[in-house]
Amino acid sequence: MSVKTTIRRLSLAVSAATALSITSAVQAADTIKVGVLHSLSGTMAISETTLKDTMLMLIEEQNKKGGLLGKQLEAVVVDPASNWPLFAEKARELIEKEKVDAVFGCWTSVSRKSVLPVFEELNSLLFYPVQYEGEESSKNVFYTGAAPNQQAIPAVDYLMGQGVKRWVLAGTDYVYPRTTNKILEAYLKAKGVATDDIMINYTPFGHSDWQSIVSEIKKFGSAGKKTAVVSTINGDANVPFYKELGNQGISAEDIPVVAFSVGEEELSGIDTKPLVGHLAAWNYFMSVESDTNDAFIEAWQKFIKSEERVTNDPMEAHYIGFNMWVEAVKKAGTTDPEAVGDALIGVAVPNLSGGLSAMMPNHHITKPVLIGEIQDDGQFQIVSQTPGLVVGDAWSDYLEGSKDLIADWRKPLSCGNYNVKTAKCSGQNY
Amino acid sequence: MMLRTVVTTLFVCLLFPLTAAAAAIETGDARLDAAFEQILDRDFDVKATGVAALAASDHPKTSELLRGLLEGRLRYIKKLKRPVWMQEQDGKERAIDAIDGKPLGEFSKRKFKKFPINNAMRGQIRGLVAAMELSNPDVGVRLSAVNNLLENSEPEHAELFARLLEKESNPEVREAMQSGMAVARLSDPDPAVRSAAISEVADSLAQPVRNRLTRMAAEDADPTVRGEAQLTLQKIEERVTFYGHIETLFFGLSAGSVLVLAAIGLAITFGVMGVINMAHGELIMLGAYTTYVIQQLMPDMLGLSIVLSIPAAFIVSGLMGIAIERGVIRFLYGRPLETLLATFGVSLILQQLVRTLISPQNVPVSNPEFLSGLWQINGVLALTYNRLYIFVFCLLVFAGLFMVLKYTRLGLEVRAVSQNRGMARAMGVRSARVDALTFGLGSGIAGIAGVALSQLTNVGPNLGQAYIVDSFMVVVFGGVGNLWGTLIGGLSLGIANKIMEPWAGAVLAKILVLVFIILFIQKRPRGLFPQKGRAAEG
Repeated sequence: MSVKTTIRRLSLAVSAATALSITSAVQAADTIKVGVLHSLSGTMAISETTLKDTMLMLIEEQNKKGGLLGKQLEAVVVDPASNWPLFAEKARELIEKEKVDAVFGCWTSVSRKSVLPVFEELNSLLFYPVQYEGEESSKNVFYTGAAPNQQAIPAVDYLMGQGVKRWVLAGTDYVYPRTTNKILEAYLKAKGVATDDIMINYTPFGHSDWQSIVSEIKKFGSAGKKTAVVSTINGDANVPFYKELGNQGISAEDIPVVAFSVGEEELSGIDTKPLVGHLAAWNYFMSVESDTNDAFIEAWQKFIKSEERVTNDPMEAHYIGFNMWVEAVKKAGTTDPEAVGDALIGVAVPNLSGGLSAMMPNHHITKPVLIGEIQDDGQFQIVSQTPGLVVGDAWSDYLEGSKDLIADWRKPLSCGNYNVKTAKCSGQNY
Repeated sequence: MMLRTVVTTLFVCLLFPLTAAAAAIETGDARLDAAFEQILDRDFDVKATGVAALAASDHPKTSELLRGLLEGRLRYIKKLKRPVWMQEQDGKERAIDAIDGKPLGEFSKRKFKKFPINNAMRGQIRGLVAAMELSNPDVGVRLSAVNNLLENSEPEHAELFARLLEKESNPEVREAMQSGMAVARLSDPDPAVRSAAISEVADSLAQPVRNRLTRMAAEDADPTVRGEAQLTLQKIEERVTFYGHIETLFFGLSAGSVLVLAAIGLAITFGVMGVINMAHGELIMLGAYTTYVIQQLMPDMLGLSIVLSIPAAFIVSGLMGIAIERGVIRFLYGRPLETLLATFGVSLILQQLVRTLISPQNVPVSNPEFLSGLWQINGVLALTYNRLYIFVFCLLVFAGLFMVLKYTRLGLEVRAVSQNRGMARAMGVRSARVDALTFGLGSGIAGIAGVALSQLTNVGPNLGQAYIVDSFMVVVFGGVGNLWGTLIGGLSLGIANKIMEPWAGAVLAKILVLVFIILFIQKRPRGLFPQKGRAAEG
């Protein structure tokens, strides 16, 4: 073969390759990518898998409405497998490699803390749909789940109203239960509860031998004063915990358990007859009566092709978060995280209980607080409801280091932890 | 004209709420109707008043209605305005009138509206029902009614119990009533009566008695009574502490029995062949999944499914063990590190296999009736059935394995090969076949452990990972290759863990146990019961 033919063939090949890559780049630019970062295996899969499916449904529905800014949305799903360092790796993969414009994900606070530096370094957006312990407000995170003043404190208020005098704070051993229990302990003591009347207990993820702990709870609760358990137990450890409560004959009338991380999804796999009367505090229940909720449940059950599947609070949080993101992108005219982040503040979208949810300057939203009792079909009977919406407070008023802090991401303050007394912003060190 | 319209509209508006408030339930009995009206109100305080009104209505069906309300069985049909029971017949829901028992026809499930109640109301209804059921013909009902009143004792109950004792014939109920009378008399205005009551209840371990005595020791008006209450309380507390220790022992033994079941298969494979099998946890997991599959095949016969799962899990895990031995380990004898790596790879493969073929999430395994609930031995000691059965099961498995090793040909060959392989081969023992069968036996036992674990914990692809470290820990601590070592080691580790848990917490207790084992191994590297024999020492 002559040199000329070789060169001609080579240049043909190169131009073909370039053409292909240009077309694929053009095609890639035709969709807006949305990252979904939820555990699909491991101890948290029981709670997080359904959130991945919810995001797929929301994206499909938005695409049916014509997409966003004229482009179709594409979901990029990864499985961080309940492995906290893997969450950070997968987050980086989503932002750097897959070039997503926003990520909806995480459940445990430890997974959120793992990915936080990644989102701040790469300046992307995370929508975090789960109730958490507060004490954080990041420029790159939008907290659509409840802060302690939107879940934990009202739940304790409800129980106090029911005459509870002794408290067991039982949680899984990581940042969320530890911080929430710190806040609750301070709150209870501020309300005059004696230290002897508070029992705090931590167990590892996936703990299955609850015999002695439940026996301790039984003894603690038999001192003649009404006792309640405030449970921040996360993941599938809840299943053997509730089973042991049932086996040892602790009924909800004797010692009610109010859980912050147990919803319809976690209950759908267990026999709830022995659990009737135990409580959960959320901002949404599947049993809420509203037209928007009925429509959502219908669409969800059609999407997932099963009438047995349930909806829960973090799903509503993704519904709200996703709609807020869509609104903000339309408002900003671009998917650029910086612009969208600014545009998000003040956006208000309908929630599923018939009201509106608004994004506040501290990146938290307004939510109603609902207390529900477990029924024998795994649904919740709402027994108490705040009359209006509660604004999420990132920095608890009951902790010494936090009560002077506020978060306000509007310019010129643009600070996640601004101390109102010293008028200083202490920067991103959580 | 305008005025007349306004007045008419106002009149209609005034009438409307009255007609709208026309009862949702019409039973014919005005008091029942009013009570139901209140029970259906949105305010929970009004609901509670409604329940009290229902109880006070003295209708013959009141206790039945209250019980139905409590258990969530009582429904109402809006269209018919009657409270009903829901009966399923041939896949359809039929309504039976709760007041007169007449069948009212078929309705869709959604038409059977519930009466929403909360915890406080449940407690209230239970107390009311208990009071009504003291004269129920059923012994069990009477007994639970008396026990319920014991919890919320009032001085008037003493008289109530005295009256009922005249008619009561059942000894258990009589005893409960007598103790109820004594507890009621603890709040009598006369200090002499109170004093006498204290001596009467001195043997009682019931919680309400202790609570009452604690309050009397602190708050009673009469100082003698206070002193007596204090003394009696101390004696009772001593007995309570004693039973508390027994309870901790039971918890420790049951936690230990789980460890033993998980480790005993490993004791054989590790002990006999010196093979570090990192896939042991997954063999346990396969046994648990076998239980799940069999339960799916016979969902109505939970008890039978568990019994059938035991041989099934043995076979499934045993075959998998033999496959691993023939396929992987056979080629790596004498190379422990490679075996470790290879079996670790096998464990990952097995986990992913389960994730792909079944589901990455946990699968629900139900507990049959005989494994739920608890055995109340006395006022303070109660043992849960599932743990009790598993402890007994562990001992049976141990005994079975022990007999296999001691009395069967296979057992003889296994012991020979583990003591001195060369000599055993010289005596005609086919050591390769023995290896495969030993591995199969150990894996089969792991499968049986999986059946037991499926009743205690979540069944998911990661089940094995939670038990592999514990299994090795027990085997190393108890002495490699020694069954008794595994049993004693496992049980004592379980007890140690459960003793420390109340004051150190679950996490720290585990850490302390591990630290203890590390220190123990420094002193006695071969474990509690090391293997003896020249070959073993070599």
